[in-house]
Amino acid sequence: MRSDKSLMAPPRWAYWVMLPAAVLVWGVIAWIIDSSLLPSPAQVLATMTQEASSGELWHHLGVTLRRVLIAFVLAMTLGTLLGVWMGRSLMANALLDPLLVLFLNLPALVVIILLYVWFGLVETAAVLAVVINKVPNVAVTVREGARSLDTRLEQMAQVYNFTLGQRIAHVWTPQLFPYLMAATRGGLALIWKIVLVVELLGRSDGIGFQLHMAFQVFDVAGILAYSLAFVAVVQLIELAILQPMERRASRWRRTEFQNA
Amino acid sequence: MLELHIDGQLLGQPVLGRILGSVAKGDRICLQGPSGVGKTTLLNAIAGLDRHVPASAIEGRDRIRLGYLFQEHRLLPWRTVRQNLALVGASQADIDRLLAEVGLAAEGDYLPDQLSLGMARRAALARCLAVKPDLLLLDEPFASLDFERAAELRLLIRNLLDHYPAMAMICVTHDAADAQALANRVWYLEGKPAELRQERPVAAGASPAHDLWL
Repeated sequence: MRSDKSLMAPPRWAYWVMLPAAVLVWGVIAWIIDSSLLPSPAQVLATMTQEASSGELWHHLGVTLRRVLIAFVLAMTLGTLLGVWMGRSLMANALLDPLLVLFLNLPALVVIILLYVWFGLVETAAVLAVVINKVPNVAVTVREGARSLDTRLEQMAQVYNFTLGQRIAHVWTPQLFPYLMAATRGGLALIWKIVLVVELLGRSDGIGFQLHMAFQVFDVAGILAYSLAFVAVVQLIELAILQPMERRASRWRRTEFQNA
Repeated sequence: MLELHIDGQLLGQPVLGRILGSVAKGDRICLQGPSGVGKTTLLNAIAGLDRHVPASAIEGRDRIRLGYLFQEHRLLPWRTVRQNLALVGASQADIDRLLAEVGLAAEGDYLPDQLSLGMARRAALARCLAVKPDLLLLDEPFASLDFERAAELRLLIRNLLDHYPAMAMICVTHDAADAQALANRVWYLEGKPAELRQERPVAAGASPAHDLWL
């Protein structure tokens, strides 16, 4: 986990070549097939602008994004607490690990259906279903981090009477950071996919609901327009928030041994 | 200041046996003994880091402040030297003074991993002093330094000890020369489980001759 993943990321030009190439291939195939079941990139773009100008796209995008963020914050908080606890206490790990394995292997769909059956088709059930699906993943990742906390720094903090606040801010969080980042990355990707399923099955707004509507009339252009719009938003979050955050926090690592 | 009455066998600490000793204000003790005998274990016990050894076995520890120079620097690698010192409660003025004392006035804004081994150890020593310790624990402060750096650090520690006469010190070292340069008492740890068998003072008059060596 110590190696800096962002240094191994493919060069920027790869995206500028491969993504347009994919769109081009898609366009060519759509042109050859010439069927409403595979609209061309231009048609999808037209649908997207049309939905955007009517305000529909923004409304559903906003609703889905809100659900994603609420579920994300809850899942990260609970998962981190659980992971740290299980990583530091053998007893907690012994008691909770079997349950963790169970929940990790429980299909997201089962949780969603059960919660809708028990609580009804309400917002709480929808968000809770997403949280329950994600918490075990976060806990497993953070548990690894908590297990690898440096005992030597722990002793140092004890000798110098660090307060709990100082330990969290200056000793633990920097060590857990790569694990929290990994959980965030994987978390965001997983959560928004589950949110779409939750919306498809039991909500009357959001991207998932729109996909459901489009599916019923085989409106492939609509399906692609809504999904691509959301993929773009998630990419934006990655580029504008997550990557700068990671660069900032791992700056100390790249300066190693400049002077040694 | 500090009374040790550790009986490792009784406490369930497998390395240490009967350790009886006392540390007074201004004591300079060298802790010696064969490798693996438990010198670091004893330092950890004194510092309260050994879960087998309760505070009651180290009488007086609650009343004193400790500075502990571990074998590794154990500075937080994601904080600069200054931030590391500030975290143990040093004021900015104290930090300036301490960094000057250990010869790192220009390196305060460096991250620990940007420093050489010797510099990082001096930064860690500055952190020890930042808590205004009554007792300084040094675990092999000269290990893996070349001859010249070790001699420099030995001189630095000696000057610091002169500068803080009330501060007591326990220094783990293999080198009898270190003991002569720094200590006025020697603790010898030997046996399995380890016992504090000898407490012999350094021969009088050894110290001036040693100055040539420094």
